[in-house]
Amino acid sequence: MSAHVEMRDLRVAFPSPRGPVEVVHGVSFTLGAEKLGIVGESGSGKSVTARAILKLLPRAATISATRLTFDGIDVLGASERQMRAIRGKRAGLILQDPKYALNPVMTAGAQIAEAWRVHHRGSARQARAAAIDLLAQVRIRDPGRVAALYPHELSGGMGQRVMIAMMLAPDPELLIADEPTSALDATVQAEILRLIEDLVARRGMGLILISHDLPLVSHFCDRVMVMYAGRVMEELRAANLSAAQHPYTRGLLDCLPSLIHPKDRLSVLKRDPAWEG
Amino acid sequence: MAAPMIAIDGLRVRFGAREVVHGVSFSVARGASFGMVGESGSGKSTILRAFAGLAPDWSGAMALDGQALGRRRARDFFRRCQMVFQDPYGSLHPRQTIDRQLAEPLQIQAMDGIDARIRRALEEVGLPASARFRYPHQLSGGQRQRVAIARALITGPEVLLLDEPTSALDVSVQAEVLNLLADLQAARGLTYLMVTHNLAVVAHLCPWIGVMQGGEMVEQLSAADLRAGRVAHPHTAELRALSTELEEAG
Repeated sequence: MSAHVEMRDLRVAFPSPRGPVEVVHGVSFTLGAEKLGIVGESGSGKSVTARAILKLLPRAATISATRLTFDGIDVLGASERQMRAIRGKRAGLILQDPKYALNPVMTAGAQIAEAWRVHHRGSARQARAAAIDLLAQVRIRDPGRVAALYPHELSGGMGQRVMIAMMLAPDPELLIADEPTSALDATVQAEILRLIEDLVARRGMGLILISHDLPLVSHFCDRVMVMYAGRVMEELRAANLSAAQHPYTRGLLDCLPSLIHPKDRLSVLKRDPAWEG
Repeated sequence: MAAPMIAIDGLRVRFGAREVVHGVSFSVARGASFGMVGESGSGKSTILRAFAGLAPDWSGAMALDGQALGRRRARDFFRRCQMVFQDPYGSLHPRQTIDRQLAEPLQIQAMDGIDARIRRALEEVGLPASARFRYPHQLSGGQRQRVAIARALITGPEVLLLDEPTSALDVSVQAEVLNLLADLQAARGLTYLMVTHNLAVVAHLCPWIGVMQGGEMVEQLSAADLRAGRVAHPHTAELRALSTELEEAG
């Protein structure tokens, strides 16, 4: 198994009136054809870390790493042209809210066909056929009809399926899903996650799932990386989540209300300044 | 027997030609908490908004402490009943200081001792006095939700309508806000009507729960029954299974 992604000592900084502010302080991991979850609270640097793999950060950001490769390609040294050959084609990004991520004035089918044509040679007719096939793959029951709908005519779950279909069009090796189900209802969330799981397994893709939801990620991924304030607190097998050692991970688990085990009072996370290095 | 604090009977709400709440009835005793759960579009928030007077096209009967509610809410209604919204980023005015936003409901209600009330309200929700002259963008998400709760409490209401009060917050902050809501209820004898999609959250705060689906309240049950799986309706069972599946995985 070759590594899709290798990251060593990633640092990301943004400029501020008082000089650069580092928001990711030395994150390292290796990803193969597996499901890695990155969990953390808002501002923990989880999205910035994942987006750095595609160099999809605001221009003002400074990225450095002793090593950052995608399938052996040096991402930091790559030109924008080389990056465009990776983004979308070899690594897809699924965002949180289909309402904002889809083009509101293009039909679902046209958007998927466009994504397909950017990365494949083929006629408009072939692209349209591919789009309908992809909609069927994300288990949309009537793909021909849905292809003709505009984003505002889709429910949240359908919109997310359309976005996934678009990301699958170029046959990527890696999917990065940034809170793909946070905008969805629980029943739809379960369906979308099963769909992603199935596609990842069938196509042998790597997956990075970014979420604030620790139980969800551990249910779904092979490995979980817990981030806090731009650092990795702990990395563990998802199955061993309940045996997590780090006080931050424990704290996050303990402050969740539970349906099965009632608590009189929720414990509150006590933040240790030592976690910030 | 005293009248329930909140009584809703055969409530129907329409948006234009479409009816989105199809005859819902329930009541909440003084000092109790009632939670409504359901998926988006099930009508749970619409019921809350109709009670607050934010969904004008309704029929049926609604009463606050035995007094029937009409088309318009009197000023006195908002002294007794206040609402906390989901998104503390959207519900606070971005260009007004916290001080000004907390003063406004007091001015509307022509209440005196504004300075002391603001100081007490900030203290009660666990905000530092220094937050008073800040703007919302200078506060964290959790602090902003505390401001929203302080604003709702400042006129001394008896009822709080809580619309997904913790779903925009990190879980660590959610725990703090839920503890705060429990403390405030114990201290002031508040009546809560809460809407959420999270079963663990609703069971934590509300001993009695209504399950919404497609504009109908398909089941009312106690939190203890929900926890134990003594549910009658398949939709309740489905929501419960999705919630426990994740819990058991951890």
